[in-house]
Amino acid sequence: MQQTASKPVRDPDVQVTAAGDGAHVIHLSGAWDIRALESRGRTLQSALRDAARSTDADWDLTQIQRFDHIGAMLVWRTWGRCRPSRLQLKREHEIFFGACESAAAVASSPAAPDRFPLLLALGRGVWAVTGHVLEMLQLFGQLLIDAATVVRQPLLRPWREFSAAIYKIGAQALGITALVGFLIGVVLSYLSAEQLRLVGADVFIVNILGIGIVRELGPVVCSILVAGRSGSAITAQLGVMRVTEELDALSVMGISNTLRLILPKMAAIAVALPLLVLWTSGVALVGGAVSAKAELGMSFFQFFSALPAAVPEVNLWLGVGKAVVFGVLIALIACHFGLRIQPNTESLAAGTTRSVVTSITAVIVADAIIAVIFSDVGWS
Amino acid sequence: MSGAPVVDVKGLWTVYGDLVVHRDLDFSVMPGEVVSLVGGSGSGKTTLLRQILGLERPHRGSIRVFGVPLHTCDPGLFKKIRKRWGVLFQHGALYSALSVFDNIALPLRELHAFDADFIRDIVMVKLDAVGMDKRHASTMPADLSGGMIKRVALARALVLEPELVFLDEPTAGLDPDRSEAFVKLVRDLHIKLNFTVVMATHDLDTMVSVSDRIAVLADQKVVVCGRLDEVVRYDHPFIRDFFLGERGRRALSAAPALQTN
Ligand SMILES: Nc1ncnc2c1ncn2[C@@H]1O[C@H](COP(=O)(O)OP(=O)(O)OP(=O)(O)O)[C@@H](O)[C@H]1O
Ligand SMILES: [Mg+2]
Repeated sequence: MQQTASKPVRDPDVQVTAAGDGAHVIHLSGAWDIRALESRGRTLQSALRDAARSTDADWDLTQIQRFDHIGAMLVWRTWGRCRPSRLQLKREHEIFFGACESAAAVASSPAAPDRFPLLLALGRGVWAVTGHVLEMLQLFGQLLIDAATVVRQPLLRPWREFSAAIYKIGAQALGITALVGFLIGVVLSYLSAEQLRLVGADVFIVNILGIGIVRELGPVVCSILVAGRSGSAITAQLGVMRVTEELDALSVMGISNTLRLILPKMAAIAVALPLLVLWTSGVALVGGAVSAKAELGMSFFQFFSALPAAVPEVNLWLGVGKAVVFGVLIALIACHFGLRIQPNTESLAAGTTRSVVTSITAVIVADAIIAVIFSDVGWS
Repeated sequence: MSGAPVVDVKGLWTVYGDLVVHRDLDFSVMPGEVVSLVGGSGSGKTTLLRQILGLERPHRGSIRVFGVPLHTCDPGLFKKIRKRWGVLFQHGALYSALSVFDNIALPLRELHAFDADFIRDIVMVKLDAVGMDKRHASTMPADLSGGMIKRVALARALVLEPELVFLDEPTAGLDPDRSEAFVKLVRDLHIKLNFTVVMATHDLDTMVSVSDRIAVLADQKVVVCGRLDEVVRYDHPFIRDFFLGERGRRALSAAPALQTN
């Protein structure tokens, strides 16, 4: 950093000359600062090492024009981290070696390798999953207690948060769920129509679409969409609130995080998701009817009047009930991962990803379990 | 100190919608100086620094750093200039996902010129220079105290051996002891390493004890820029309130520059 030198600044250079008594003198000259070393660091390092081979060399550093910590460290390391006995140095460059000396780096020993890495990984995995499940149970219990408090003390009811959440989770998702539902209805109807026409069982399209959509596809597709859309949003929001200490700010004001932030969101998903499922299934059936008309020439009236007979009402309730369960699961997982986020950006990203993946998996697993439990319900 | 100014701002206008933050502002810094930028809250200190750093484009006017017009020069040259300065942001701006060590090592690794061992040694030198214990090298920024964040951020700002250092509110949020220690640290490093410092601050004590010159930002421009005694003699309502109020007089009474008068 000693610029404005009158002499032009030369490139860093190492030269070895023989002194009279057979000893060597190593001259360093030019600019030995980061700007010069950036591009030649490695070559200079090896040049220095070659020059320093002879143990009893004189070091002449007085020709150095620019110097800084980086240059000093390069030389310092060649010396094996201690000053050589014979050294000539400009006085103003003394401080750089002073800094190297006082910071005498502690060599950190690398951690010993694990002996049974697979077993250890398995154990850690099991331990982590157990931890997550226990924490989620705890959160769920806390939410039940909060719900009871809210029922007893109407003043505490977080209506504003609840209605805002309903709007964001429900109303704003109407467009995307309708689009996806409609397309699924069209595609499913088209594929089934092709097969049914082969065996001449055209009318069964209503049964296939009705049961398939109302009982399975509507709830699952809609829940996956909501998990991706609102689950990630909830996790990210809680995570950012952790990073910016907003969660702590709420706690110190005596405002319960679970009651203000989580309960309304969970309640909103549990209310909005069943409604969204009805909407998605409805639109998917319309899509199916459109496709059935195009493929099989079945009129809308024919399609929708055959529907009640083909699909017993209990399927509708099964779909709606599943949506409530899925909603609670999504909210619980999203909030759980949101609250666990550490105050740094990496953890925020990892937490959000894990939240979405976990909630989609949980929805599908729960759907399979419910399918087994209700396997003999709802057939005409 | 002689030579061309390191930072040279001429006729700068900054406008956000209807809000004019800077109106025809001139400001320059000579090599090796410590210049403090003072002004009320919202007077545009941070904005001016951001303009000089090239993070924002001025509405009108020219900004030269190391003699290079920042906003019109080619990107390659601008990139080179960015390696010659170091910045301490108002809130530290440490990378929250990286440990203290990695925060400081990052700019060095970006150069792709040094091996890991060498980088570790340099980081330790820098940590030592700002008075941080080596034990904190593996700590995450979220687990540091406010003063430690400032120190680590300073170490990161200094790791590429900058010729020009920007400090935005270096002592805000520190207790008087810590802020005095921090100022002393900056002053020591400045004397040793001879870099140029541009510092935005509210803190009278900080300013009085390290600055060579003080620039007062008021009425959307630099109303006066000079040594402490020159600034104090200048007649302006902000200067009267800021320097000649009770707090100001207490700080000034400790200033060596004025005791000789
Ligand atoms: N991106 C922006 N858009 C609109 N207005 C802005 C923007 N950035 C800054 N401002 C305005 O510019 C003015 C100056 O802000 P600046 O942050 O520079 O103040 P400051 O002097 O650093 O204050 P403090 O001492 O409180 O840090 C403020 O009135 C602010 O509202
Ligand atoms: Mg500011």
